[in-house]
Amino acid sequence: MLSLRDLLNRMLQIIPTLIMIMAAVFIIVRLLPGDPASAILGDRGSAEDVARINTQLGLDQPIPVQFLYFVDRVLHGDLGTSITLGVPVAQLILERLPVTLLLTAMAALLAVVAAIPLAFLAAIRRGRGVDLTIGAFFQVGLSMPVFYTGIVFLTIFGAGLRWFPIGGYGDGLGEHLYHLFLPALTLAFSLSAVLMRNLRASIIDVLNADYVDFARSKGLAPRLVLLRHVLRNALVSTVTLFGLSVGTLVGGAVITETVFAVPGVGRLMIESIYGRDYPVVQGLAMTLAVVVSLVFLLVDIVQAMLDPRVSR
Amino acid sequence: MTAVPTSGAAADPRRRRPAIGLIAGLVILGLSLLTAFLPGLVAPHDPLSFDYKAILHGPSLVHPFGTDNFGRDMLSRVIWAYRIDMQIAVFTTLFPILFGTMVGALVGFYDGIAAQIFGRIVDAVITFPFIVLVIAIVAVLGPGLGNMYIAVGMVGWVFYARLIAAEMRVQMRLDYAAAGRVLGYGDVRIIVRHLLPNAIGPVLVYWMTDMALSILLGSALGYLGLGARPPAAEWGVLIADGKNFMTTAWWMTIFPGVAIVLTGLGFSLLGDAVAELLRPRR
Repeated sequence: MLSLRDLLNRMLQIIPTLIMIMAAVFIIVRLLPGDPASAILGDRGSAEDVARINTQLGLDQPIPVQFLYFVDRVLHGDLGTSITLGVPVAQLILERLPVTLLLTAMAALLAVVAAIPLAFLAAIRRGRGVDLTIGAFFQVGLSMPVFYTGIVFLTIFGAGLRWFPIGGYGDGLGEHLYHLFLPALTLAFSLSAVLMRNLRASIIDVLNADYVDFARSKGLAPRLVLLRHVLRNALVSTVTLFGLSVGTLVGGAVITETVFAVPGVGRLMIESIYGRDYPVVQGLAMTLAVVVSLVFLLVDIVQAMLDPRVSR
Repeated sequence: MTAVPTSGAAADPRRRRPAIGLIAGLVILGLSLLTAFLPGLVAPHDPLSFDYKAILHGPSLVHPFGTDNFGRDMLSRVIWAYRIDMQIAVFTTLFPILFGTMVGALVGFYDGIAAQIFGRIVDAVITFPFIVLVIAIVAVLGPGLGNMYIAVGMVGWVFYARLIAAEMRVQMRLDYAAAGRVLGYGDVRIIVRHLLPNAIGPVLVYWMTDMALSILLGSALGYLGLGARPPAAEWGVLIADGKNFMTTAWWMTIFPGVAIVLTGLGFSLLGDAVAELLRPRR
């Protein structure tokens, strides 16, 4: 079992990662053509305005000092102000982030719910028709771009059959879940393909392990062997893969939200890019990276709980 | 990584699949490359010429994939898009594989402080949702394919470097690497002539997957208006063009998507087959 010390250790490891994230975002902003002051003011700014903004943002200081200012502001929750909306970026993100989190959580849940039973079925009947059909179906899933899957689902289940709304978010939790179902299904499609393939391979490996033979030979019910021994051990590598896929899932959410007009941070990001609203793009990139690194931390903990060998 | 033979694997009928997968993958990619190099020979019509008498016509003998809202032949547009999308697959991955392999080989071989710094870079890069990072960089540099290559190049090499560094560490523990040192060979000779050829397998497999992923990424950026620019025929751009006509002219969206799926399938079949071929030797 994971000790408190290991847990604290792992949590401390996140600090250099967070510093690297802030450094990366800081550098990307330095790549901006022209200086940030001109980007904020557009063509309207006079030379004095540019100088005033430069002093305000600390841009007349040396780069390392600027970085410290930047870190200080970020740690105080100040991500700047949106150029197009005139609202603090942090406030904007806090309003939109729950939508994206709900969407990715739903997608992750749908992907896991689909992947586990199908992987079992494919592994137990490996090489037979069921396995090959599931394999082929998911092979296509892996090669399908998320925006394409989205458009196809939208046309069939939204516009055609009218089972689901064709966009938006609705009011109240029930409405939210209903509106997000199709986008979540879209996101889940390729993730479940990745998880299914990996889990199927692990289950086949575990099924051949000696301890499973032993569990069988001591007369344990097949269902118990599968649940207690096979699933638990096969899940270890899939949990790792699941954690690593969270970044892809969040990236996919950016595109899915655009296809389904879901008012989350992904759509905000694309809108901000079109509007050249750099503070928002910068704030979002950083927030999403922090969210993903927190999920990585969570995955490490779950992994250590599943496999005691991981927590050394 | 320990080479524990899985006893049941031999009984797995899927073991016969590499041959079929390899052939299928090679055929799909061979035809894709041929189409990419010689689109003019394969395409029945000019992909850019308007025909206002044939607007939004469904699939027929003259236009097997139908026509778009300007009467352009969709089959020809999908075929010409092979040129751009196959270019995306190769160009997006070229710098990452070369630079990543070089850095990974050095980090894996020398270890020490460089490996520590590299470890932190890897942590930070895998924490950024890849597409968010690429979109953010493209947003700063401006839309277009060239900037997409730069954006992917800035981060993509990390994944190759991580793979090759891990594999180098495994290879260095084997006897032949020690033999090279005993014989007094220099570091460069041991890395390039001995270790790299044995460590490159997983990288080649990942490269196949990465090319498929690059097409997905390139078409996603094209769809969002941040990659290839219209009127260039690129699958993502074609799908974006067609999405507003999805209920009336499904062929505008469906066929470019089929091309993406088919090409992706080719890369993953080939990748799986290469992985399977490399496995028994390890």
